[in-house]
Amino acid sequence: MAYSNKVIDHYENPRNVGSLPKNDPEVGTGMVGAPECGDVMRLQIKVNPETQVIEDAKFKTFGCGSAIASSSLATEWVKGKTVEDALRIKNTDIVRELSLPPVKIHCSVLAEDAIKAAIGDWKRKRGDEAGPNGTSAAASQAE
Amino acid sequence: MALKLPIYMDHHATTPVDSRVLEAILPFFDDRFGNAASRNHSFGWAAEEAVENARAQVARLINATPKEVIVTSGATESDNLAIKGVAEMYREKGNHIITQATEHKAVLDTLKRLEKYGYEVTYLPVQRDGQVDLDDLRRAITPKTILITIMYANNEIGVIQPIAEIGKIAKERGVLFHVDGVQAVGKIPVDVQKDGIDLMSISAHKIYGPKGVGALYVRRKNPRVQVAAQIDGGGHERGMRSGTLNVPGIVGLGKACEVCQQEMPAESVRLAGLRDRLKQAIMGQLDEVYVNGSLEHRLPNNLNISFAYVEGESLLMGIHDVAVSSGSACTSATLEPSYVLKALGVGEDLAHTSIRFGLGRRNTEEEVDYVADRVVETVNRLRELSPLYDLAKEGVDLSKMSWKAD
Repeated sequence: MAYSNKVIDHYENPRNVGSLPKNDPEVGTGMVGAPECGDVMRLQIKVNPETQVIEDAKFKTFGCGSAIASSSLATEWVKGKTVEDALRIKNTDIVRELSLPPVKIHCSVLAEDAIKAAIGDWKRKRGDEAGPNGTSAAASQAE
Repeated sequence: MALKLPIYMDHHATTPVDSRVLEAILPFFDDRFGNAASRNHSFGWAAEEAVENARAQVARLINATPKEVIVTSGATESDNLAIKGVAEMYREKGNHIITQATEHKAVLDTLKRLEKYGYEVTYLPVQRDGQVDLDDLRRAITPKTILITIMYANNEIGVIQPIAEIGKIAKERGVLFHVDGVQAVGKIPVDVQKDGIDLMSISAHKIYGPKGVGALYVRRKNPRVQVAAQIDGGGHERGMRSGTLNVPGIVGLGKACEVCQQEMPAESVRLAGLRDRLKQAIMGQLDEVYVNGSLEHRLPNNLNISFAYVEGESLLMGIHDVAVSSGSACTSATLEPSYVLKALGVGEDLAHTSIRFGLGRRNTEEEVDYVADRVVETVNRLRELSPLYDLAKEGVDLSKMSWKAD
């Protein structure tokens, strides 16, 4: 299958590869997919508790070139956004940006799920699904 | 000598036409263009002579007689003709056919169709090394069994089946034995007498011949095997396969067989040497890589390896100047990982990480070294990107994790 230049660029020069300390109360970790399905994405965000802005994002992905590119792009896009804005990123935006063919749409779905899972984890740590004002619960998660 | 890129190492898929084969073919497009069925002029005679010569070349390679070689459009047609042709011809005797799980789709899908028409098919499992269990086979034979169809060597993992033993069992029980010989013929010694084969499919383009031509060996003595034609028409090929003969293709098939026969003793040793060099270079530099299928009972030119924690398609993308194949779902039309690896008991996680290397006549040591380096470098890079490799390094047992697959 021929890849778009953007997929190749993200595959060859993936952005924001790595890990953030998963026990940090300001870090949310999302891990989606399964090895049996050939795709596992781990996306992590670090959120400023004052501004709710995602200040850092890292990923690691087991999967095809499109899966790697989708998660790499997702980290680029969430960085600098508020948590609420990041939740508005849709898989179709990723499909369009990377020109993914129909057979690779599931990679973009997985990337959207990874963003949501990371934000969900961060919210759980704060002990407040709704958003701010969860400092005590977050602190109890820190080891 | 500088390496020429890209490097082709996918010879189970197809092979380039050998220059000697091409040279033999060309006149039959030009001044020797006759129809082999034209019985009353020299154009026809020249074509017929060339076809008969080719038939003899094919027959010599597999220890058959020329009359037992039916030419077809390729091995898919040969598999269809053998299986459907026997099923139809021997319907009164029985309706049961035995095969095994790792056959090519040309066999499996043909059998699937026969099941719709009331035939019963037993799909034998394979053992961890990819070979069929002979006791399983013996137990599966019933008075209704008319055919056993088992491939000589597998196209993904190169594992060679115990064909002579199977042939013996088939003969003892009075069951016909069809062999998909596509990957084995021309690569390793195949002898329809010693192996007890009654029908065998052959493809030209896997042995440095042209695409679109193949053959079906059909035994004429002990026993005399009959197949019902699946393509009707002018009664060519002893009535078993009508259609004007593809004379250039057939000439190419014959020449390809002749060249393979001459070169096999030295070439198979050379290829096994290259294959082992590739395997050692990769396995010496990477941990957690696994060879799929038996190393002992294997084609000399095949290596199939799973690289844990690295998805196959992304690995192919990283070694894009090397042409190989993967068992990953992402590279298949069905989005399922390799059913062959699954049949061996390879977990789906590892099936997604498999790469098939198929060495061939033009590959060199320099190419093998280059490919090994590129593979090692890319696997290392992708493992740094892999959350699974992280978890494994932390000592997490991936099989015990609960995955939120959605």
